[in-house]
Amino acid sequence: MDLDQTEQVDVSTAPESPPEPETMEREKLEPARGHAISIKDLNAYYGERHAIKGISLTFEPNQVTAIIGPSGCGKSTLVRCINRMHEEIPKAHAEGTILLDEEDLYGSRVDVTAVRRQIGMVFQKANPFPTMSIFDNVASGLKLAGIRGDSMRERVHRSLRAVGLWSEVSDRLNSPGIGLSGGQQQRLCIARTIAVEPEVILMDEPCSALDPIATLKVEELIDELKRRYTIVIVTHNMQQAARVADSTVFMLDGEVVEHAPTNDIFTNPSDERTERYVTGKFG
Amino acid sequence: MSVTTQTPPPPSRLTGGARQRRRKNVNRLMMGVSTLAALIALAVLALVLVDIVIKAAPALNLDFFTKNPVPFGQTGGGIADSIVGSAILIGLASAMAIPIGILVAIFTNEFAPPRLSSPIRFALDILNGVPTIVTGIFIYGLLVIGHTQSGWAGAIALAIVELPIVARSAQEVLALVPRSLKEAGLALGLRRWRIVLRIVLPTAAGGLVTGAVLGVARVAGETAPLLLTSSIFSNLGITTNPGVALPNIPVTIFTLSESPSPQDHAQAWAAALVLVAFVLIVSLVARTFNERSRRKIAD
Repeated sequence: MDLDQTEQVDVSTAPESPPEPETMEREKLEPARGHAISIKDLNAYYGERHAIKGISLTFEPNQVTAIIGPSGCGKSTLVRCINRMHEEIPKAHAEGTILLDEEDLYGSRVDVTAVRRQIGMVFQKANPFPTMSIFDNVASGLKLAGIRGDSMRERVHRSLRAVGLWSEVSDRLNSPGIGLSGGQQQRLCIARTIAVEPEVILMDEPCSALDPIATLKVEELIDELKRRYTIVIVTHNMQQAARVADSTVFMLDGEVVEHAPTNDIFTNPSDERTERYVTGKFG
Repeated sequence: MSVTTQTPPPPSRLTGGARQRRRKNVNRLMMGVSTLAALIALAVLALVLVDIVIKAAPALNLDFFTKNPVPFGQTGGGIADSIVGSAILIGLASAMAIPIGILVAIFTNEFAPPRLSSPIRFALDILNGVPTIVTGIFIYGLLVIGHTQSGWAGAIALAIVELPIVARSAQEVLALVPRSLKEAGLALGLRRWRIVLRIVLPTAAGGLVTGAVLGVARVAGETAPLLLTSSIFSNLGITTNPGVALPNIPVTIFTLSESPSPQDHAQAWAAALVLVAFVLIVSLVARTFNERSRRKIAD
């Protein structure tokens, strides 16, 4: 993407307001009871390669759980199993049990699109739909659910307010989503995800392509989102895990080494490998 | 007494030796040869165009586009019937080939397992390589023998020529749509067909138009299939019924050029100019769409 061009778009369409104000005007979310995810004996493969080796884990409702670990340890694969995106990769498959509250996501009668509507996902690189306006991007999941007209507009506006984009984009909802800055695009993608009101939100390194200020905004947002949602966030950045997560999972080579309250992981890990990783001795 | 022994100057590290000079010359030579080849290609195009324009000029006037052919021996007349006939043939062929071609590309790129999509891709390449006279004979055997020549037979033959061009270019364009966009759609719980319709096709639209338009340009000048399927027509004027053989520009060029009359030759050249101009305009349109689409995907 041409950054200079993006800046020009920003300036020309919103001359008075700078594209990224220092503080976000964000609307508080109505609290809601989140939903728990329980993984039991999950195995995932890429062809012959065994990427997730018999993992069992529970993500508590209304909590942020961070997954940390060196590259290639299976963090992303694990979260992609939770919304059944893993099986979209050719030759990849997963087996095991993942319960959303009491229901098995891998049950034989489960419709994968229904799973993905309950379990939203935010990706590493912001991926707004390039042919759609800001409004249509947020509305893209709603139209499918048959939500149209005023109630759709209301949901779109509410989602944009919740991610703190409203004051920045309310005067240009019909301009293309890709005209926004990188941080704004990622918040747009989060708005698109929460517009369909999922029960769980998965985030796969959502800040790795963002500058520190945009990262801070997304982190504040994550803290806010947990009032309503259960959140699982994959991160390369241990400071980020320490800032946003209630509990942290440390993974190594397709297995869970340790899952404990974040504070314990960083100050008093029970496994020697966790300690070596969080102190930067490897990985 | 002067000292006669002169020490040779130390070899310069910057000018290079004989070997370096030789490499430099080879480099120059190859640059020259390839530039020449490019110029020859351009010159051929320019010669063809200039030649056509010069020879077509005497026959070009408004009547040429608006009047029908006149009986042999009379002067004047035009190729209005062939222009209309060609438009109908190309339109019918494209109405068949473009939707099917794009659907084939959607199937191979979005739905088919790799085990199935690469044989289909290969089959399309083969179909693209089939000489058009063979396509013509095939349709001749299938639809003309036992019936008569018809616009339908001609259009179907042209559609068979057009289909692989449209399908292969659509495959190339669809493959450019980033995987991350499809993943975003999947993660929202959209079904594949909806992702194709709402995300993939709009993103690739410009490129798809380019491929379709290039297919149209290609079949506009196809002669061999039409000689066998839509070449025997009476000079009765404009026909719009594809149930009978439709007059068309390529066959008209062929027939006029076989005539002993110099006026007919000039008309053949003028008809050729019409065809070349059409292909040129269509290709320019295709280019603009292509650039627009590339910009969109690059964003």
